[in-house]
Amino acid sequence: MSESLTFHFDVDGEDFTSAGQASVQVKKNLRRLGISPEIIRQVSIAMYEGEINMVIHAGGGKADVVVSEDKIEIILVDKGPGIADIDLAMQEGFSTATDSVRSLGFGAGMGLPNMKRYTDEMTIDSVVGEGTTIKMVVNL
Amino acid sequence: MTVNELCEKCGFSAVVVPDGDREVTGCYMGDLLSWVMGRAKGDDAWITIMSNINIIAVASLADVSCIILSEGVTVDDDIIATAQQKEINILSSALPSYETAVKVSEQI
Repeated sequence: MSESLTFHFDVDGEDFTSAGQASVQVKKNLRRLGISPEIIRQVSIAMYEGEINMVIHAGGGKADVVVSEDKIEIILVDKGPGIADIDLAMQEGFSTATDSVRSLGFGAGMGLPNMKRYTDEMTIDSVVGEGTTIKMVVNL
Repeated sequence: MTVNELCEKCGFSAVVVPDGDREVTGCYMGDLLSWVMGRAKGDDAWITIMSNINIIAVASLADVSCIILSEGVTVDDDIIATAQQKEINILSSALPSYETAVKVSEQI
Protein backbone atom coordinates (compact mmCIF):
# COMPACT_ATOMS: atom_id res chain seq x y z
CA MET A 1 0.00 0.00 0.00
CA SER A 2 1.86 3.09 -1.17
CA GLU A 3 -0.95 5.62 -0.90
CA SER A 4 -3.02 6.35 2.15
CA LEU A 5 -6.69 5.51 2.35
CA THR A 6 -9.15 7.76 4.22
CA PHE A 7 -12.51 6.84 5.71
CA HIS A 8 -14.69 9.77 6.74
CA PHE A 9 -17.68 9.67 9.09
CA ASP A 10 -20.16 12.19 10.45
CA VAL A 11 -21.02 11.27 14.04
CA ASP A 12 -24.64 12.03 14.92
CA GLY A 13 -24.83 13.80 18.25
CA GLU A 14 -28.47 13.07 18.95
CA ASP A 15 -28.56 9.35 18.70
CA PHE A 16 -27.17 7.17 21.44
CA THR A 17 -28.60 4.00 19.97
CA SER A 18 -26.64 4.33 16.73
CA ALA A 19 -23.40 5.39 18.45
CA GLY A 20 -20.68 3.03 17.39
CA GLN A 21 -21.75 2.71 13.77
CA ALA A 22 -18.66 4.50 12.49
CA SER A 23 -16.37 2.34 14.63
CA VAL A 24 -18.04 -0.88 13.54
CA GLN A 25 -17.72 0.22 9.90
CA VAL A 26 -14.02 1.01 10.42
CA LYS A 27 -13.57 -2.44 11.91
CA LYS A 28 -15.11 -4.00 8.79
CA ASN A 29 -13.02 -1.86 6.43
CA LEU A 30 -9.77 -2.70 8.25
CA ARG A 31 -10.63 -6.38 8.20
CA ARG A 32 -11.05 -6.19 4.42
CA LEU A 33 -7.62 -4.59 4.18
CA GLY A 34 -6.12 -7.57 5.98
CA ILE A 35 -5.02 -5.65 9.10
CA SER A 36 -4.28 -7.93 12.08
CA PRO A 37 -7.13 -8.57 14.57
CA GLU A 38 -5.28 -7.03 17.53
CA ILE A 39 -4.59 -3.79 15.62
CA ILE A 40 -8.23 -3.71 14.51
CA ARG A 41 -9.31 -4.13 18.14
CA GLN A 42 -7.07 -1.26 19.25
CA VAL A 43 -8.22 1.11 16.51
CA SER A 44 -11.90 0.32 16.78
CA ILE A 45 -12.04 0.59 20.59
CA ALA A 46 -10.12 3.89 20.56
CA MET A 47 -12.43 5.23 17.89
CA TYR A 48 -15.59 4.04 19.67
CA GLU A 49 -14.55 5.80 22.86
CA GLY A 50 -13.99 8.98 20.86
CA GLU A 51 -17.29 8.57 19.08
CA ILE A 52 -19.16 8.07 22.37
CA ASN A 53 -17.43 11.15 23.82
CA MET A 54 -18.62 13.22 20.87
CA VAL A 55 -22.18 11.96 21.37
CA ILE A 56 -22.15 12.49 25.15
CA HIS A 57 -20.37 15.82 25.35
CA ALA A 58 -20.16 17.58 22.01
CA GLY A 59 -23.40 17.05 20.06
CA GLY A 60 -21.59 14.98 17.46
CA GLY A 61 -18.61 15.66 15.24
CA LYS A 62 -16.49 14.31 12.44
CA ALA A 63 -14.15 11.35 12.36
CA ASP A 64 -11.47 10.48 9.83
CA VAL A 65 -9.44 7.30 9.75
CA VAL A 66 -6.35 7.38 7.54
CA VAL A 67 -4.67 4.09 6.76
CA SER A 68 -1.14 4.31 5.37
CA GLU A 69 1.71 1.88 4.95
CA ASP A 70 3.12 2.09 8.46
CA LYS A 71 0.31 3.52 10.61
CA ILE A 72 -3.37 4.18 11.13
CA GLU A 73 -4.37 7.70 12.16
CA ILE A 74 -7.70 8.57 13.78
CA ILE A 75 -8.70 12.23 13.76
CA LEU A 76 -11.77 13.30 15.73
CA VAL A 77 -13.03 16.86 15.47
CA ASP A 78 -15.96 18.38 17.35
CA LYS A 79 -17.37 21.81 18.08
CA GLY A 80 -18.42 20.94 21.61
CA PRO A 81 -17.72 22.75 24.89
CA GLY A 82 -14.02 21.83 24.95
CA ILE A 83 -12.04 20.28 27.80
CA ALA A 84 -11.08 22.75 30.54
CA ASP A 85 -8.47 20.59 32.27
CA ILE A 86 -6.99 17.91 30.02
CA ASP A 87 -4.80 16.37 32.75
CA LEU A 88 -7.86 15.90 34.93
CA ALA A 89 -9.89 14.50 32.03
CA MET A 90 -7.13 11.95 31.37
CA GLN A 91 -7.40 10.53 34.89
CA GLU A 92 -9.17 7.19 35.10
CA GLY A 93 -12.51 7.62 36.85
CA PHE A 94 -12.93 11.34 36.20
CA SER A 95 -16.13 12.05 34.28
CA THR A 96 -18.58 14.90 33.70
CA ALA A 97 -21.23 12.61 32.21
CA THR A 98 -24.82 12.90 33.44
CA ASP A 99 -26.66 10.24 35.45
CA SER A 100 -28.76 9.28 32.43
CA VAL A 101 -25.59 8.58 30.45
CA ARG A 102 -24.17 6.60 33.36
CA SER A 103 -27.32 4.48 33.54
CA LEU A 104 -26.47 3.27 30.02
CA GLY A 105 -23.11 2.01 31.24
CA PHE A 106 -21.06 4.97 30.02
CA GLY A 107 -19.49 7.79 32.01
CA ALA A 108 -17.03 5.59 33.90
CA GLY A 109 -14.25 8.07 33.26
CA MET A 110 -12.38 5.54 31.15
CA GLY A 111 -12.93 6.91 27.66
CA LEU A 112 -9.85 9.11 27.19
CA PRO A 113 -7.61 6.72 29.21
CA ASN A 114 -8.73 3.84 26.97
CA MET A 115 -7.98 5.89 23.86
CA LYS A 116 -4.46 6.46 25.17
CA ARG A 117 -4.12 2.84 26.26
CA TYR A 118 -4.94 1.46 22.83
CA THR A 119 -2.93 3.87 20.68
CA ASP A 120 0.77 4.60 20.27
CA GLU A 121 0.36 8.39 20.12
CA MET A 122 -2.45 10.67 21.20
CA THR A 123 -2.71 14.46 21.19
CA ILE A 124 -5.61 16.53 22.45
CA ASP A 125 -6.11 20.05 21.18
CA SER A 126 -9.02 21.71 22.95
CA VAL A 127 -10.32 25.23 23.36
CA VAL A 128 -13.11 25.85 25.86
CA GLY A 129 -16.19 27.12 24.04
CA GLU A 130 -14.84 26.19 20.61
CA GLY A 131 -14.26 22.45 20.48
CA THR A 132 -11.82 19.59 20.62
CA THR A 133 -9.58 17.84 18.12
CA ILE A 134 -8.03 14.51 19.05
CA LYS A 135 -5.43 12.77 16.92
CA MET A 136 -4.43 9.20 17.60
CA VAL A 137 -1.90 6.99 15.85
CA VAL A 138 -1.61 3.22 15.89
CA ASN A 139 1.64 2.00 14.33
CA LEU A 140 1.47 -0.97 12.00
CA MET B 1 -14.66 -24.75 24.01
CA THR B 2 -17.22 -23.20 21.66
CA VAL B 3 -20.05 -20.86 22.59
CA ASN B 4 -22.60 -23.58 21.79
CA GLU B 5 -20.82 -26.07 24.06
CA LEU B 6 -20.48 -23.52 26.87
CA CYS B 7 -24.18 -22.71 26.64
CA GLU B 8 -25.17 -26.35 26.89
CA LYS B 9 -22.71 -27.40 29.60
CA CYS B 10 -23.48 -24.42 31.85
CA GLY B 11 -27.24 -24.70 31.38
CA PHE B 12 -27.54 -21.19 29.94
CA SER B 13 -30.22 -20.23 27.42
CA ALA B 14 -29.33 -19.26 23.85
CA VAL B 15 -30.92 -15.86 23.22
CA VAL B 16 -29.35 -15.44 19.80
CA VAL B 17 -26.33 -17.41 18.62
CA PRO B 18 -25.37 -16.54 15.04
CA ASP B 19 -21.75 -17.69 15.51
CA GLY B 20 -21.98 -20.62 17.92
CA ASP B 21 -18.78 -22.32 16.79
CA ARG B 22 -16.69 -19.42 18.05
CA GLU B 23 -14.09 -20.37 20.68
CA VAL B 24 -14.31 -19.06 24.24
CA THR B 25 -10.91 -18.73 25.89
CA GLY B 26 -11.60 -16.57 28.93
CA CYS B 27 -14.20 -14.64 30.86
CA TYR B 28 -14.73 -11.03 31.92
CA MET B 29 -17.50 -9.64 34.12
CA GLY B 30 -18.53 -5.98 34.19
CA ASP B 31 -21.25 -3.46 33.45
CA LEU B 32 -19.32 -0.25 32.80
CA LEU B 33 -18.83 -0.36 29.06
CA SER B 34 -15.53 1.51 28.85
CA TRP B 35 -14.16 -0.62 31.63
CA VAL B 36 -15.10 -3.71 29.64
CA MET B 37 -13.46 -2.33 26.51
CA GLY B 38 -10.34 -1.50 28.47
CA ARG B 39 -9.99 -4.82 30.26
CA ALA B 40 -11.82 -7.64 28.46
CA LYS B 41 -9.71 -9.72 26.11
CA GLY B 42 -10.66 -10.93 22.65
CA ASP B 43 -12.57 -14.27 22.76
CA ASP B 44 -13.65 -13.73 26.39
CA ALA B 45 -17.21 -14.54 27.40
CA TRP B 46 -18.56 -11.23 28.78
CA ILE B 47 -20.95 -11.46 31.73
CA THR B 48 -23.13 -8.38 32.27
CA ILE B 49 -26.49 -7.16 33.50
CA MET B 50 -26.40 -4.24 31.05
CA SER B 51 -29.05 -4.79 28.39
CA ASN B 52 -29.20 -1.67 26.20
CA ILE B 53 -28.31 -1.62 22.51
CA ASN B 54 -24.77 -0.36 23.13
CA ILE B 55 -23.68 -3.79 24.44
CA ILE B 56 -23.76 -5.03 20.83
CA ALA B 57 -21.24 -2.43 19.67
CA VAL B 58 -19.05 -3.04 22.72
CA ALA B 59 -19.09 -6.81 22.17
CA SER B 60 -18.25 -6.33 18.51
CA LEU B 61 -15.41 -3.87 19.08
CA ALA B 62 -13.90 -5.65 22.07
CA ASP B 63 -14.21 -8.84 20.01
CA VAL B 64 -15.61 -10.98 22.82
CA SER B 65 -16.93 -14.42 21.91
CA CYS B 66 -20.33 -13.93 23.53
CA ILE B 67 -22.37 -11.80 25.90
CA ILE B 68 -23.85 -13.68 28.87
CA LEU B 69 -26.74 -11.79 30.44
CA SER B 70 -26.79 -12.83 34.07
CA GLU B 71 -29.38 -12.47 36.87
CA GLY B 72 -32.19 -13.38 34.43
CA VAL B 73 -31.83 -10.08 32.56
CA THR B 74 -33.66 -10.01 29.22
CA VAL B 75 -33.18 -7.92 26.07
CA ASP B 76 -35.67 -6.38 23.64
CA ASP B 77 -36.37 -7.89 20.24
CA ASP B 78 -34.62 -5.08 18.39
CA ILE B 79 -31.38 -5.89 20.24
CA ILE B 80 -31.75 -9.56 19.33
CA ALA B 81 -32.24 -8.58 15.67
CA THR B 82 -29.17 -6.33 15.75
CA ALA B 83 -27.10 -9.07 17.39
CA GLN B 84 -28.13 -11.50 14.68
CA GLN B 85 -27.18 -9.00 11.98
CA LYS B 86 -23.80 -8.15 13.58
CA GLU B 87 -23.11 -11.82 14.41
CA ILE B 88 -22.91 -11.26 18.17
CA ASN B 89 -23.76 -14.26 20.36
CA ILE B 90 -26.01 -13.62 23.38
CA LEU B 91 -26.66 -16.21 26.08
CA SER B 92 -28.68 -15.76 29.23
CA SER B 93 -28.24 -17.14 32.72
CA ALA B 94 -30.84 -17.12 35.49
CA LEU B 95 -28.00 -17.24 38.04
CA PRO B 96 -26.39 -14.23 39.74
CA SER B 97 -23.29 -12.86 38.01
CA TYR B 98 -20.82 -14.50 40.38
CA GLU B 99 -22.38 -17.95 40.07
CA THR B 100 -22.57 -17.50 36.30
CA ALA B 101 -18.84 -16.76 36.25
CA VAL B 102 -18.12 -19.82 38.40
CA LYS B 103 -20.03 -22.01 35.92
CA VAL B 104 -18.00 -20.57 33.04
CA SER B 105 -14.80 -21.06 34.99
CA GLU B 106 -15.57 -24.75 35.49
CA GLN B 107 -15.70 -25.22 31.73
CA ILE B 108 -12.88 -23.19 30.23
